[in-house]
Amino acid sequence: MEPVLAIFVGLLFTTAIYLMTSRHTIRILMGVAVLGNGVNLLIFTSGRLTRDVPPIIPAGLDAPLIPIANPLPQALILTAIVISFSFFAFLLVLGFRAYQELATDDSRDMRLAEPADDPLPPLGY
Amino acid sequence: MFDTLLLWPVILPLAGAALAAALHAFPAVQRQVALTTMVLTFGASLFLVDAVMEGAILTKAFGGWMPPFGIVFVADRFSAAMVVISSLLALCALVFAMGDLRQRQVRSGFYPLFLGLMIGVNGAFLTGDIFNLYVWFEVMLIATLGLITLDRTRAQIDGAIKYAVLNLFSTILFLMAVGLLYGATGTLNMADLAVVLPQTEPSAALTLTAMMFLLAFGIKAGFFPMFFWLPASYHTASIIVSAVFAGLLTKVGVYALFRVFTLLFEVDNGTLKPLIAVIAAGTMLFGVFGAAIQWDVRRILSFHIISQIGYIMLGLAVATPLALAGAVFYIIHHIVVKANLFFVAGAIHRATGSFDLRKSGGLMKASPLLAVLFAIPALSLAGIPPLSGFWAKFMVVDASFQGEAAWLAAVALFVGLLTIFSMSKIWIEAFWKEHPRAVRARPVPAVMLVPIAALGIITLAIGFNPEPLVAFSNLAAESMGDRTQLIGAFYGGEHTAGVTP
Repeated sequence: MEPVLAIFVGLLFTTAIYLMTSRHTIRILMGVAVLGNGVNLLIFTSGRLTRDVPPIIPAGLDAPLIPIANPLPQALILTAIVISFSFFAFLLVLGFRAYQELATDDSRDMRLAEPADDPLPPLGY
Repeated sequence: MFDTLLLWPVILPLAGAALAAALHAFPAVQRQVALTTMVLTFGASLFLVDAVMEGAILTKAFGGWMPPFGIVFVADRFSAAMVVISSLLALCALVFAMGDLRQRQVRSGFYPLFLGLMIGVNGAFLTGDIFNLYVWFEVMLIATLGLITLDRTRAQIDGAIKYAVLNLFSTILFLMAVGLLYGATGTLNMADLAVVLPQTEPSAALTLTAMMFLLAFGIKAGFFPMFFWLPASYHTASIIVSAVFAGLLTKVGVYALFRVFTLLFEVDNGTLKPLIAVIAAGTMLFGVFGAAIQWDVRRILSFHIISQIGYIMLGLAVATPLALAGAVFYIIHHIVVKANLFFVAGAIHRATGSFDLRKSGGLMKASPLLAVLFAIPALSLAGIPPLSGFWAKFMVVDASFQGEAAWLAAVALFVGLLTIFSMSKIWIEAFWKEHPRAVRARPVPAVMLVPIAALGIITLAIGFNPEPLVAFSNLAAESMGDRTQLIGAFYGGEHTAGVTP
C-alpha cells in the first residue's frame, strides 16, 4: 500500500510545483494548498499503514493488549490540516485584496514594493 | 521547581495577547497590557538565563508524558540567551511604539499581533520537539502576516503576497522534512533523535531530510539563493514592525538551523560543509551588493540583514567550537544592532519626513544627538573597533583562519569594507547633506530616542567589555556542540553535564 501512496504523493507534489511556477497568484495559492495536502499524505504514509484496531487502551491497563494502529501521524496531520487551512483562508483573502488593490493577479506586474525603474544612487563619493 | 521557569516566556505573551485582543476597544489599556507583559517576560527570561548560567539544562515535559513521547521544552545557555535578547528587543520596540504608533495601527490589532509574534519566537527558542518547532514557526508566520499588512497599503499587500507564499513554502518543506525524519526514525523529540539518528543507517531519505531542513530554514533565515522575499517585503511594513522582524525573524531560522545541524545532523560529513561555506560567502556578498544600489534607508538595511546572516552562517560552515561561539556572539550582537538601525531609520523618517535618502538631509545640524546614536550601531555593523561588531567579526574571522577556511575570512573582511560604504552613504545623505527642500527637521520625541540610546549603550557595553559575552558564547557553543549534554538532561535523571546515556 505504501508504494501506491508514495507515487500519489509524488503526483501531488508535481502538480503543486507546476502550479506554483505560474505567474498568477491564484494558481500559486492553489499550488500551496495542494503541496500542503501532499505533505499531509506523506506524513500519513511515513507513519506506516497497518490494518489494526483503533489505539484505545482498555480501562485499568497501562498498555494495549494487542497491536494497535499508530495514532501519532494522525495527530500530526490534524495539527497540520488546521494550520494549513487557516493559512489558505488568509492567503485567499490576501490574494483577492491584492487583485482589488493592485488590479492585477500577475506577479510580474506587482512592482509597487520594488519599483523596477528606480535610479541608481551615486556609486562613489 | 526550576522547570516552570521555562513556561513563563511563552505563557506571559500568550496571556497578554489574549488580554490585549479582549481589550480591543481600549487602545490605551492595550498599551499598558503589552508593556507590562513584555516587562514581565523580560524579567522571567532573566530568571531563566540565571538558572542555566551554571551549565544546567532545564527540561519540562507536558502532560506528564515522559520523553520521548510527550512534547518537551528545553533551555540551555544558547536558547536562554536568545529568549533574553528577543524579550529585551520587544520591550524596546514597545517603548519606541509609544512615540511612533498611530491610532489606526492600534485599531488594526498591533498589540495582540505583536505579542502573538513573541509567543511564536519564544516558543521556537524553547521547544525540544521538532514538530512543536513547526507549530511555533506557523504561530510566528501568521502573526507576522498580520503585522506586515497592518496599514493595508498597496505596497504592503504586494510585499505580503511574496512574503506569505515563500515563507509558507518554507514551512511546508520543513513539515515534509519532519515527516520523512519521523518515517526514518520513529521519533520527534530532538534529544531522542540525537540518540537514534547516529544508530540509523544512512539512507537517501535522511540525506533528503537534511537538505530539506537546510532549504526550509535557509528560506527563513534569508540565505543567498533564497533571500528574495526579504528585501521585497520588510521595508513595506511600518518601522516598528520592520525593526522587530529584522532583529528576530531571520535569527529564529538561524537558531533552528544551528540546532538541527549540531544536534541531529553533522556539518562535518563531507558534502555539507563546502555547500554551507558557499552559501555563507554568497549570502555575505549578494546582501552587501544589493544594499549598494538602494536609496531607501529601510531597503539598504534589509539587504544588510542578509549580508550579516552570511557572517553567522560562516560560524556553521567552519563548525569548530570556536566558530560556533563566534556565531552565538554574532547573533546576539546583530539582533541589538540591526533593530537599533531600523529604529534610527524611524527617527530619520520622523525628523525629515522620508525614508528616501534623496529627500532627507540636514540632520547633523538639526539633531546631533541622533547623529551620534546612528553612528554607534552603524559603525558597529561595519565592525569598527572597539564596538561590538568588531569583536563579533574578529571571532568568526579568527575561527575561519584557524578552521582552514581562509578564503571565507577574506570574503568576510571584504564585505565589512562594503558595509562601511553603505553606512557612509546613509551618513552623508541623511546627516551631512543639506535638506533638499531646505525644510527644518522636526524634533524626534524622547520615547523614540530612549530605546535607540538603550540599545546603543548595550552595543558600547559589549564593545568595551566583550569578555563576559565571549566567555558566555564559548560556553553556549560548547553545550550546543556537545549533544551528550542535552541527551543527559533528558535521560540521565540528574541535570548534570556530560552524561552519556
